[in-house]
Order: sequence, then structure tokens, then C-alpha cells
Amino acid sequence: MGNIKIADTLKKYTMPIVLVAVFIFFSWQTEGKILIPQNLDNLLFYNAYVFILAIGMLMCILTGGNIDLAVGSVVCFIGSIGGVIMDKKINIWVAVLAMIAIGILVGLWQGFWIAYINVPPFIATLAGMYAFRGLANVIMEGLTVTVSDESFLFTFGNGHIPDILGSGEQNITCFVAGIIAVIVYACIVFYNRYDSKKRGYDTAPIVGDIVKTVVIGAVIIFLSYKLSYYKGIPTFLIWILVVSLIYGYITKKTVIGRDLYALGGNKKAAGLSGVNVKKVLFFSYVNMGLLAAFAGILTVAMLKSAAPTYGEGYEMDAIGACFIGGASAYGGIGTVPGAIIGALLMGVIDQGLNLMGIDANYTPVVKGLVLLLAVIFDVVSKREKK
Amino acid sequence: MAKVLLEMKNITKTFPGVKALDNVNLVVEEGEIHALVGENGAGKSTLMNVLSGIYPYGSYEGDIIYDGEVCKFNKIKDSEEKGIVIIHQELALIPYMSIGENMYLGNERGKSYSIDWNETYGEADKYLKMVGLSDSSRTLVKEIGTGKQQMVEIAKALAKHAKLLILDEPTSSLNEEDSRTLLDLLLKFKKEGLTSIIISHKLNEVSYVADKITVVRDGSTIETLDKKTTEISEDRIIKGMVGREITDRFPKRPNVKIGDVNLEVTDWVVHHPQYPERKVVDGVSMTVRKGEVVGIYGLMGAGRTELAMSIFGRSYGTGIEGTLKLDGKEVVLTKPKQAIEHKIAYVTEDRKGNGLILTNPIRVNTTLANLDAVSNKSVIDFNKEYQVAVEYKEKLRTKTPSVEQNVGNLSGGNQQKVLLAKWMFADPDILILDEPTRGIDVGAKYEIYCIINDLVAQGKSVIMISSELPETIGMSDRIYVMNEGKFVGELKQEDATQESIMACIMRQERGE
Repeated sequence: MGNIKIADTLKKYTMPIVLVAVFIFFSWQTEGKILIPQNLDNLLFYNAYVFILAIGMLMCILTGGNIDLAVGSVVCFIGSIGGVIMDKKINIWVAVLAMIAIGILVGLWQGFWIAYINVPPFIATLAGMYAFRGLANVIMEGLTVTVSDESFLFTFGNGHIPDILGSGEQNITCFVAGIIAVIVYACIVFYNRYDSKKRGYDTAPIVGDIVKTVVIGAVIIFLSYKLSYYKGIPTFLIWILVVSLIYGYITKKTVIGRDLYALGGNKKAAGLSGVNVKKVLFFSYVNMGLLAAFAGILTVAMLKSAAPTYGEGYEMDAIGACFIGGASAYGGIGTVPGAIIGALLMGVIDQGLNLMGIDANYTPVVKGLVLLLAVIFDVVSKREKK
Repeated sequence: MAKVLLEMKNITKTFPGVKALDNVNLVVEEGEIHALVGENGAGKSTLMNVLSGIYPYGSYEGDIIYDGEVCKFNKIKDSEEKGIVIIHQELALIPYMSIGENMYLGNERGKSYSIDWNETYGEADKYLKMVGLSDSSRTLVKEIGTGKQQMVEIAKALAKHAKLLILDEPTSSLNEEDSRTLLDLLLKFKKEGLTSIIISHKLNEVSYVADKITVVRDGSTIETLDKKTTEISEDRIIKGMVGREITDRFPKRPNVKIGDVNLEVTDWVVHHPQYPERKVVDGVSMTVRKGEVVGIYGLMGAGRTELAMSIFGRSYGTGIEGTLKLDGKEVVLTKPKQAIEHKIAYVTEDRKGNGLILTNPIRVNTTLANLDAVSNKSVIDFNKEYQVAVEYKEKLRTKTPSVEQNVGNLSGGNQQKVLLAKWMFADPDILILDEPTRGIDVGAKYEIYCIINDLVAQGKSVIMISSELPETIGMSDRIYVMNEGKFVGELKQEDATQESIMACIMRQERGE
């Protein structure tokens, strides 16, 4: 019995374990270079857009394995609009709002055809992939626009929260924030337990909660400790965390989240249980538009410019992250933490190979194999269970 | 006289070109179990969809009076708010969600922006206990069997505070034991004041559980039989359903000469594909003669389907042992293709899942197992294929405007005929029919029985797997009784009664 439980737990947490293993492997191969605070900061910085897009993509995939091929082009399109507006020296917040609004419009456009006219998502978004890339070219007339507004770059790009609690080599604010986050997390977990007990419901064994809290706490403390020796809390990290928490909450604790899973799990059953199937599918694509716009903002801030070539292949990074993170290609299965771990794993492989000095041409080969392995593992482990 | 809970008055519902319901009237009293019977396509499900708001107010004519007021439901949620909960024929549960999540799907606990999971699982556990399940509500639905899933559906309905429970064919995918549990549960809830409407093809269940029976035929209510005032026999119900007396539910077989042994299986052992240490079929031996109908009776999970599929080119199981002889010669069949070449056909119990391609027309489905016969060097001759499909459509009297009709649009009985046509066209000598009459109505059943008789009259052998006792007894020349992977009895038709068959199973369960 005990062995079965351990095996089950290992299976459930395979991807986090693989991530840690890969991380340790690269720490060893790069003689710790990957652990240098600046490299950790860069790892998150250059992958910020993947986290955001993967979360959006997950919502679409959950509804039944539907993907959005247009996100790379949309990122570019949104970026081009922002770039052009900011180039005219208009207030950056006008640009940001315009980018978000147009992102939602893009989502409404695609979602309408997919959910209400029944155009297959693959085709609707393939059309979008061509069209929005083209529009970006039209808007920028094929040229690159430089973005140099300091406050924009600080807020969405490589800005860091200054140390308000100290002024030494270590950024105390960053470290303290990490500790507070751990305490808040532990409180939530144990309050939930207490609440369940109080109302006389059965609870799962406490060991699970403790282990989970300790592991997650250790990761947060480790990261905040490392980052405190660089420039402190990066602003883009805050955005990633905010988006992850919001969507983690939506998928887990809200009715719309439930509906996403239900739709992908059994469309008919969902409909008969009173779920508005079309509205949920529509929501997932509108939401994808919103998050693609947000990723567009982060991309412009990361590259300090907008160009018609940006965002190429981003859709595949996002889709890959979801599947590596355990999402089912048929929908109904997948989590936000899973997608984040998938995105991180791809990022770590990218950076690790880079730091090892391996020919960059090999990187996509390795990523492709990792994706294939993750899905093979998923398929095989499911077959055994049956 | 008890209070009238529901009255449906002069309900008429038209679909483009078809009048599905024509002035239907239904009166249900509080605290009764009311059965709705009728052939497939008679309009029972349509009526219930009108009642539950799936067809919104305005899309039909007539009035629904529930609990004293006229109701105008626009969607399922409206009727559920009043306590009318429908459980659909096909289980509407999501396999990768937990029981608790499923039970409160569309009815989530807590606020819509903050689901209260503690309450969800806590409450779900309570309702599970009420329906007699001891599983935790955190178990994934895919990990429990169909019988339990049906119980979860009922728990789900109770969690919605159902006052009127509508069950559409609740036992169609259950074995007899699970069906009985479910029916007894309904009787228990009836005592506690719950009103139910049950739609069923299984007349023995209907007469067991129902207080009143309303017969629907061709979109109209024909009559309502009250258990208190009239004696309800199955024949009486059938008479109402088909509009004439069916004197014999099983057609007489003309004198068929039973010939030599055609198929012989000895010491057949099949192991479970995922748990190879488990024997699903354990030392089974059987013979089938030419022109003979051999029934295999057993409850679901007895290993009948597994036995049949393992014979059919090892399409199920691992570690298969034992010998298979066809016409006295030993053969080893490792692929369905080989089995077909050796003139064996297996007609699946799951026609929608494993048997037919629902999105393809009848023509394509008919020739699928024997494409060589309609093609010339791998190029399909469409004219020939069309001819074949039409020929079988006429032979089996499949009701369809054209063989270009998609199979998904046909009724269950007609789908079953297409499935039979597909395998008859493969021209087998031995047909294994797995639950050939599941979920189809009395009239269509009769026609399927006639087809079986025709087959054996041509000298073919039929192995008929069934979990319906009357059918097994009525149709088989010889019956093997199967339980827990073993054959526990072999009976000739003249010795077979419901009691003698059940006695075989009981003997084994007691370990004698």
C-alpha cells in the first residue's frame, strides 16, 4: 500500500521533479553558473512572455484541446500598435490601454467565429496567424520602432523594486517579501484545513499539506534569497506572479474555471448540467486575446522595440509548455502550475544549453525531444492506470 | 387521492417535418413512481426534454402545470430551481473530474468567484451515503464502475434538492444486480416522498417499480395503467406499446437441422491486459454446432465479452491459453483480420463506440469489414458498394430514406441492423452477437430475432451473449451460464428456466 502511494505521488509530481533534476544537471554542467542571481533573473526575464501565453493557451486547451495558433502574430501586432503610439510621444498608459483593448478585440473576433459560428479553432486561428502578422507589417511599414520610455521599460521590462528596508549588498526587501509570501501561503493552506475540520468534513492526511508547504516555501525562499543578491524583485516577475495567481484561482476556485474543465471533459455532459458551452469557449479565446496583448506589452519592454518579426514561434512555446506541464491534448486536464513548470523547463533547457556553450542549433532539437518525452510519459502512464 | 404534482396538458411539439408529440397529456401525483413506456422514437424523451426546459417555453404548444402553477421554463436551470431534475440515458458525468466536482457541476457551492471546496466535498459525501455509496467524493469518476456512476447521478440529483426526478433509461447500461439496487433505492426514496418518472424499455423493471404506467405511441399518450385498479402484466403493456397483441415475443424458428461441431474452444484462459495476474476468463470450454444458437448468459463483468473478443483474433486480453478448433482443425488467430478470414464475426455490444462510424453513411458502414468484396485491386467500386448497402437495407428492413444517410441519425434498432448488415456482408460462418438487442424497443427486437433465425437456417452458427434472461431462454438452443470468468452451467433449451439459470450462478457464488 505504501509503495503504491509513493509511486502515485511520484507520478503526480513527475514534472516538478524532472525540472529540479534538469536544474541540478545544469548546475553541475555549468559549474553553478545557472545559479548565479543574474542568470536566474535573466531566465525569468527572457521567458516572461511564455508564462503569460502558456496560461492563456491552457484555458483554450482545457476546453477540448483547442489551440490558438495566432498568439505569436497577435503579440507582434499588439506590439506594433504600442510601438507606433509610443513613438508619437503619447502618454505610455494610453498606449498600454490601447494594446489591451485591441487584444480583447482580437479575442472577440476569433472567439466569435470559433464559439458561435463553429469555425474549427485550428483554422480560425491559422487565419489569424497570417492576418495579424500582415497587419503588424502594414502598421509598421516593415520597419522597427525603438521604445525608450523609461517608465514603460521600468514597469513592464527589466525594472527592479528598490530596496526600502536596507542599503547593503543584499536587497533586504526582496528577501523579506519572499518570507512573507511563504507565511501567507502556509496560513491559507492551514486555515483551509481548519475550516474543513470545523465544519465536520473529512480532511486529507496532514502530511501532504506539510510536505507541500515546505517544498513550495523552500523554493520561494531560495529564489528570493538569490534575487536579493542581484537587483531585488524584478517588475516583470510581479506581473508573472499576478497573472499566475489570478488564473490559478480562476481555474481552481471559480465557476468559469470549472466550466472550462467540464467542457473539455465531456461537452455533452457539461451542456446537460447547465453549462453555457458556447460562452465558455468564447471566454477562453477572448481571454487568450487579452493575455496575448499583455505578452505583447512585456515583449516590447523586453526587446525595447517593436518589429514585424517579433513573436514568431511564440504560439508553439506556449502550446509546448502546456503539454509538457501535463495538459491533455483532448482537453479537460491541465493546471496553471503545470503550465508554468512546463514553461520553466523549456526556459531552463534553453539557458542551460546556452551556458554550457552548446551550439544553439541543437537547442530546438532538445526541446522537441523533451516535449515528445513528456507526452509519451503521459500516454504510457495513463495506459498503465487503465 | 393524492395531490397532483405535475400535469402536462395537450403538449404538441413539432420538429421540421415531424410532429414528435401530438396532444400529449400526462398527470403525475405526488409521491408516486410513474413509468413512461413506448417504442423508440415514440416521443418519451422529447416529452421529458420539454418538461425539463431543454426545449424552451414557446417551442412547443400546451401547458406544464407543476405544483399548481403554469411553468415557462427557458433552460434546464429554470426547471431545476423548481426541483425537476432529469437524469439522462447516457451518463452525463465527466471522467477526469472527481465525484464531488461532478455532483456540483453547474450548481457549485459557495460564490461563483470562490467555490467552497470543503463544502462541496463534505456535502457530496453525505449524499453519497444516502444512495448507499461508501466511496469518497474525491474519487475520480473514471475509477468507479457504471453501476456506481448511475448512483452518483442520483446523488447529484438529490444534491439539487429534487422533488421530481426523471430517469431516462436508468438501467440500460447496468447489470441485473445493479439495476435492482437502483430500483430499490427509488422505492426507498418514494417512501420519503420523492416523486419519480422513469422511462424504461425493461418491462419487468417497470412492473416491479411503477405505481402507474403511461404508454406513449407515435407521439401520443395511449393510456395510463394504474397498478391499484388494473392488473399490469408485461403482455398488457406490450399490447399498449405496439397497438396489437404480440402473442409470441420470440419468433418460431423453422425446423433447423443442427449439424456438426463448427467451433470448439477448450480450456480457454484470458488474462486481464493491465493486471496480467488476473484471470478474466478461466478455463472455459465450449462447442458450437452448425445451425445452432448458443446463448451465453451472465451478468455484466462475468467475462462474456472478454471471452468473445479473445476468440475474435485476440482483440482482448493477454496471456491467452487454450485451443480453438474450427471445423475440427486447430487454428491460432492473433488478429481480428485473421478471424474474419476464418469466417468469424464479432458484433459488438457497444454499437456506437466500437461498432459503427456514426458520421459515415450506411453504405460505408455496411462494407467496412469486407471492403475487398466491393473493390477491384484496392480501388473501391462505389456502384457495387451502393448495391450491397441497398440489398442489406432491404433484407434487414432498415428504416431509412436512403443508404447515404449517416448512421448517427438512425434510431438504436436501425443502427443495430446496420451493424448486423456489416457483419453479415463479411459472410461469416460463426457470428458472435454481443447483447444484440440492448437499448432497442420490442418491435425492433423481434426483427433482430427473425434475422438470427434466418442466419441459422442458412447453416450458420450464432453465439448470442445476453444479460436478459427471457431473451436467452427464448432464443437459444443451448445455454452456457457464465459467472466470474467460468462457465457454471450448460442447459438445453427445454431445461432452461429463469430459476434454473440463476441457480447455476448461485451455486457457484456459494462455492459449491
